[in-house]
Amino acid sequence: MTEPLLDVQGLTMRFGGLLAVDGVDLTAERNRITALIGPNGAGKTTIFNCLTGFYKPTAGRLLLRHPTRGPIELQTLKGYGVARTGVVRTFQNIRLFPSMTVLENLLVAQHQALMPRSVFSLAGLLNLKGWRAAEEAAVDTARDWLRRLDLLAVADEEAGNLSYGMQRRVEIARAMSTNPLLLCLDEPAAGLNPRETRALAELLAGIRAEHGIGILLIEHDMGLVMDISDHIFVVDHGARIAAGTPAEIRNDERVIKAYLGEPDADDAAHAGGDAH
Amino acid sequence: MGFTLAVGTFLQHLINGLTLGAIYGLIAIGYTMVYGIIRMINFAHGEIYMIGAFIAVTTFTLLLGAGVTSVPLALVIVLAISCTFTAAYGWTIERVAYRPLRTAPKLAPFISAIGMSILLQNFVMLTQGARSKSLPPVMTGGITLWHDGDFSLGLTNIQMFIILLTVALMAGFTLVINRTALGRAQRACEQDRTMAALLGINVDRTISLTFVLGAGLAAVAGVMVTLYYGVIDFYIGFLAGMKAFTAAVLGGIGSLPGAMLGGLLIGLIEAFFSGYVSSAYKDVAAFSILILVLVVRPSGLLGRPDIEKV
Amino acid sequence: MAAPIPSPTGPAMPFVHRLREAVIAGLVAMALAVPFLGLRTVNLDQGLVVQANLAYVPLAGAVVFLGRLILGLLAAPLAKAAAPLATWRPPAGAQRLRPWGGPLLVLAAAALPFLPFANRYVIDLGTTALIYILLATGLNITVGLAGLLDLGFAAFYAIGAYTCALTTTQLHWGFWPALAAGGLASSLFAVLLSLPILRLRGDYLAIVTLGFGEITRIVILNWQGLTGGPNGVSGIARPTLFSLTFDRRAPAGGHTFSEVTGIAYAPEHRLIFLYLIILALTALAAYTVARLRRLPIGRAWEALREDEIACRSLGINPTMVKVSAYATGALMGGLAGCFFAARQGFVSPESFGFMESATILAIVVLGGMGSQAGVIIAALFIVVLPELARGFADYRMLAFGLAMILIMIWKPGGLLSGRLPTIRLSNAKPKPVAEAA
Repeated sequence: MTEPLLDVQGLTMRFGGLLAVDGVDLTAERNRITALIGPNGAGKTTIFNCLTGFYKPTAGRLLLRHPTRGPIELQTLKGYGVARTGVVRTFQNIRLFPSMTVLENLLVAQHQALMPRSVFSLAGLLNLKGWRAAEEAAVDTARDWLRRLDLLAVADEEAGNLSYGMQRRVEIARAMSTNPLLLCLDEPAAGLNPRETRALAELLAGIRAEHGIGILLIEHDMGLVMDISDHIFVVDHGARIAAGTPAEIRNDERVIKAYLGEPDADDAAHAGGDAH
Repeated sequence: MGFTLAVGTFLQHLINGLTLGAIYGLIAIGYTMVYGIIRMINFAHGEIYMIGAFIAVTTFTLLLGAGVTSVPLALVIVLAISCTFTAAYGWTIERVAYRPLRTAPKLAPFISAIGMSILLQNFVMLTQGARSKSLPPVMTGGITLWHDGDFSLGLTNIQMFIILLTVALMAGFTLVINRTALGRAQRACEQDRTMAALLGINVDRTISLTFVLGAGLAAVAGVMVTLYYGVIDFYIGFLAGMKAFTAAVLGGIGSLPGAMLGGLLIGLIEAFFSGYVSSAYKDVAAFSILILVLVVRPSGLLGRPDIEKV
Repeated sequence: MAAPIPSPTGPAMPFVHRLREAVIAGLVAMALAVPFLGLRTVNLDQGLVVQANLAYVPLAGAVVFLGRLILGLLAAPLAKAAAPLATWRPPAGAQRLRPWGGPLLVLAAAALPFLPFANRYVIDLGTTALIYILLATGLNITVGLAGLLDLGFAAFYAIGAYTCALTTTQLHWGFWPALAAGGLASSLFAVLLSLPILRLRGDYLAIVTLGFGEITRIVILNWQGLTGGPNGVSGIARPTLFSLTFDRRAPAGGHTFSEVTGIAYAPEHRLIFLYLIILALTALAAYTVARLRRLPIGRAWEALREDEIACRSLGINPTMVKVSAYATGALMGGLAGCFFAARQGFVSPESFGFMESATILAIVVLGGMGSQAGVIIAALFIVVLPELARGFADYRMLAFGLAMILIMIWKPGGLLSGRLPTIRLSNAKPKPVAEAA
């Protein structure tokens, strides 16, 4: 087996006196869906925030094995720098650009690729051929993802006017338009109906099969997690308590005790959402 | 001699700065309370203070004409009348220009406030004239703390009055905010207006009262400035308002002690900078310190840092 | 004292309620009128005297009472009548005419000085309006597109103006190089200023920009050696057309426009020339902004306004986006300043106070943030309205303030508040070979 795409070692995050994440190790691989689960307030979103550059971890090493740029220590990068390495996320409480159209949202996502092609905006201002080609390519990428996520019909609508389920899909399409290496999804199934959840499962399985990227997933919908994950990490009280395949996790006593053992945990998670 | 003179000069600047700072602080409280509760820069608040000063001049003149000679009696009457009418202005402004915009995009109330500021300035200019009004000194005398040859360090009665009244008002105000139902309602509205309304707090009334209280304090500042300088015009609200708002931000907007601290700091910076460096650049000093403080502590000196929620 | 007043927009409020409401409003107005309309302090030789005109008090009460009553009664029918307007959309065919709107407007504006009714006064007013349109177009980038509130925009205007004034008077540059220098200096200044403060959010950023605006003004006012302090700078070079001047007599070694073209000299020529320059600058600026909105940088500005955190999650560096917005906006402010200086031939600090910043901001917000058409309408409104009200000179600023409040209450999003998408999938060419990913 090759070395994992992402290698997190001893990730620790402290807010004042509160130890939110305590020495967590985890990995994510290409062509694999890795799930991060745990009860409310376990520290999952905090791990995500550290990983995607929104928090500076107190300690720990976040190593990304970039296929062209070599190993990158994500914790040393500035917030926006992490996304430029190809680690791109979605948010638990959807963050679209609400008064821009869906298509514009997807074009903003391609900022990194388009910016050099606009040559300090000069080529763009003069509407030169090279720029036009780049813009058309970007629109094509966006169109592909819109088609894939069944959003073509609403491409010219304001993103903020769409239904909740559609907004979740736009966020995933936007993240995929950046052509990521590792897609981090924070509760993508929250608020979706069973049919939408099934479609999401198919979509994620499809991305895993076709795009050669890693997917890291925080999710409370255990059906979905057990269904599509290749590997699962369980955290509780900021610490990793188990890791393994869905079958192993299902039978892990500590996990059952901490989490699955409480039959209401799943429902409560849906009602309340995760703590930050 | 040289050393004691230097200390004396320093203390004189300190006293002047504290007096000025007390006035800025009282105006700043109005900005900070309004911002705390509806997240809006009440740009017309400086004009409220100017209105308070004009009512003070009119009332003083009337009292003099009526032959009232007791200074304490005159002060009480002037403060009462100025606060009442100015508070009515504060209430009306919120009711007319801001309440209809409670749910509007963020900049709409701000532009409405700029409009209100222009409106009030011109209203006062048209009704009271553009020329400045100077009042004969109402309060004279003072104590000489120390003197040495030509130099004397003095504390005038007006300065004492301003500083003591400000301290008393601050103390009373802290009690109102921390202990009374109104203060509780106000703090609740600051945290979450919708929730406060669900819990039976009359949000509209709480906001109105916030404007009334803020206007009352600005009126006191207006009375003070009338006494202190003896000259006012329709334009004084603009600069004082801007500095008081700077003070509120410097102290941490939304924080009452912050507003007072910010006011004092701005007053002191102004006094010391004019005294020691250059009076032409005193405002540059005040704004530069504001910028420095914000760059180091983006939420002001006593403001709660806002944690970015992802 | 806060009597419970029912909402004025209640669907079917009984007349008694309306009456009660109007009575309360009238009483409050009377109370407010006492210290200002009823009593007037007058400066006399022996000191202040209070004159009583108490008749004004009931008058104010009556006016407010009636106004409130009539407005309350008319509000519902008016809202009903205006309802179709709010939902009106241009017919589908109009969509295709949109791109022609801008060029047509510019052509119409260019024809203005040659129309029969155009006199010096009209051309001058048009020039002033165009300066404000250019300024507001620049500020619109910062405030309307990038969502960064700037209360000190007049600083950039001032820097452009003084750069022009100083380069032409001290270094004897011509107008055109000075114009470029003014824009660049302003832009550079914006970059230097914005770098340390971009960490600040929202209102804190706003107050810092206000501070910078004031600092700039105070420094200009007091740096006598360079800026002439309150006396300002005069003798600023006039714009030339290919080095032809619009003077009656040619300067040593130069030629005038009338000499070369053979058109008889007329003082209006210079005014028309100035008008056409500012029209060209403004049209260029508006076109540039329209293009920039479609480019990655412009989309990033708008994305930043919408959600900074989401921007960072997509690898966009917010600092660069903010700096570029400030710099581009300041560039236009600087150009406007430079033109202003050359037009007046004289600059002084009082043209760049906070009220100037507030006026430009008011244009942006009144017009509808982010909307170029809105900027044009609002600038015309703000420049032309006070001029029309000249007859009531004393009351025009009062009316101006009142109008700002009323427009905000009427249309809180600005006159033109809709946002136009920068691209439509339906208009984009589909890829020839469908290679589904």
